[in-house]
Amino acid sequence: MLILNDIYKTFNKGTVNEKKALNGIDLVLNDGDFVTVIGGNGAGKSTLMNIVAGTYTPDKGEVIIDGVNVTEMPEHKRAKYLGRVFQDPIMGTAAGMQIDENLALAARRGKRRFLKPGITKKERLEYKELLKILDLGLENRMSTKVELLSGGQRQSLTLLMATLQKPKLLLLDEHTAALDPKTAKKVLELTDQIVKDNSLTTLMITHNMQDAIKYGNRLIMLSDGKIVLDIRGEEKAKLTVPDLLKLFGQKTGEEMASDKLLLS
Amino acid sequence: MQGMIWGIMAIGVYITFKVLDIADLTVDGSITTGAYVCVVMYSNGASLGVSILCAFLVGALTGLVTAIFHTFMGIPAILAGILTQLILYSINLQTIGKSKATYTFPWGSSLWIVPEDKLQSIIILAAFVACIIGALYWFFGTEFGSGVRATGCNPRMAKAQGINVNFNKVFGLMLSNGLVALSGALLAQYQGSAEINMGRGAIVIGLAAVIIGTAAVSWIPKYGKNFAMQLFGVVLGGIIYYLVLNIVIFLGLPTVYLKMLSALVVGLFLGIPYVRKKYSFSKILKKWGFVKKSVLVDEVAAKGIVNAAEEDAPVMVVEAPVVVDESHKKANPFDEKPIDDAAHRIEKNASKDGGEV
Repeated sequence: MLILNDIYKTFNKGTVNEKKALNGIDLVLNDGDFVTVIGGNGAGKSTLMNIVAGTYTPDKGEVIIDGVNVTEMPEHKRAKYLGRVFQDPIMGTAAGMQIDENLALAARRGKRRFLKPGITKKERLEYKELLKILDLGLENRMSTKVELLSGGQRQSLTLLMATLQKPKLLLLDEHTAALDPKTAKKVLELTDQIVKDNSLTTLMITHNMQDAIKYGNRLIMLSDGKIVLDIRGEEKAKLTVPDLLKLFGQKTGEEMASDKLLLS
Repeated sequence: MQGMIWGIMAIGVYITFKVLDIADLTVDGSITTGAYVCVVMYSNGASLGVSILCAFLVGALTGLVTAIFHTFMGIPAILAGILTQLILYSINLQTIGKSKATYTFPWGSSLWIVPEDKLQSIIILAAFVACIIGALYWFFGTEFGSGVRATGCNPRMAKAQGINVNFNKVFGLMLSNGLVALSGALLAQYQGSAEINMGRGAIVIGLAAVIIGTAAVSWIPKYGKNFAMQLFGVVLGGIIYYLVLNIVIFLGLPTVYLKMLSALVVGLFLGIPYVRKKYSFSKILKKWGFVKKSVLVDEVAAKGIVNAAEEDAPVMVVEAPVVVDESHKKANPFDEKPIDDAAHRIEKNASKDGGEV
């Protein structure tokens, strides 16, 4: 589904701030893989995500989604393959627009936008049913502007928008990091449910090792822009947080700021 | 009457300022260009309708110039607008030649909008306003129009939803300046001439009309936030602004100070929400030691809208959404803007990085 071929990305090349964010990433995601990505700060997790999404173009290497080489494809064109949820709840929705309008925008992802109505009555009814899944009461407030929603509600809505049109690949960039623990848990459970129901291929960055172990069928760890660990299936199911911390220490040769990862 | 003409211009300003979230200074130039195009074409034998249409089209072209500066060359929108404005100043002078600053309609022209025949002029202007509002209301409800709105709201989200952000900005700027030039064409008829300085400060008048107008209709329950109503409010804002100016003149303010007054009023209105948030009365009291400092209160204040949104959300379910809207309108832009801007910067850096490769 997704093939990353020897990806390199350096920021501020040739200056004192030069930062090698990605250092030869090779990754193949199979259909239906739910991969969690962990790694310390500056390991390259978000850069990886942005390379896949097209926000950045790699210095070297190829990005192939569903058999199409999208390395040079601009972000908005590539969007037809991707569903995205950002870390910041504000990023994923248009705040000044209504809930149903946001959904309608998402429903037209990857399609040409002409002068047909932006939202139809039929769609409104469909969205009402869909919003019921979230169990947040949003189905009764469809003409509310999104800016009035809380962070958790917004992330749930963004998640729904990202999967409204089944994406080839779902990208979740620490999408629960800005939420309080209780809401984060709810959103994650919702994520898991949606991913399973639609058997979506998913790439999820998380700071929380427990979540990284609990969800998905495969776990990769990044360090210094390289994939240092790739565990899947049975092996991953048996993994515990102490194991993971130990592995991290071995792979990176440094003591993990474990409490930060555990608590955040 | 002139207020209605300003209202049409203000609709153009509304499209860039409110919908696209761009401050477009092209306006000062494009309104004059629109006036010149109309006068020159009419004087050379074109019919008035064609002249006005051409004013609109040429105005759209000026918007295109700004848009190219802004999107493809990465120049900040404000600067791009100023550049185009200057370009237009030269072009405008060139149009009439010999640095003669005023170009009058030929004697005996039968214009649509004339100060002498108030009724006819008002009817025609009202028809223009109605058509424009109708057309824009329809347009911004379409798939494409929704995309343009999303572009202004949140460009990153728009991109993630497959919307071509740059194209939409180009389109929005063209549409906006087209309308501004159209209003320039009407204004020229009203004045009987086009004049090189007629556009100076137009953006400020436009902004004033937008601010006054949207605030005026926001009071209307239920429909106050409706898009068509907002546009109508903008036109109303133009009229109110014109009336206020005349009252001020009537009261004896020398006309030299008019532009200063306009600028101060707009500056004040744009600044009030920020000032109110940053230097709220309670905070000043606290600072001066009239009220005990409490950590909790400070924290709540700092978190601002995020909390407010969560607390208010369940309460407002169906009833009285307008009331809630109001409370958020005040606080929201300034809590969310910085974040949006940060994202913007990241995005810019990103594209820069992309460019270097």
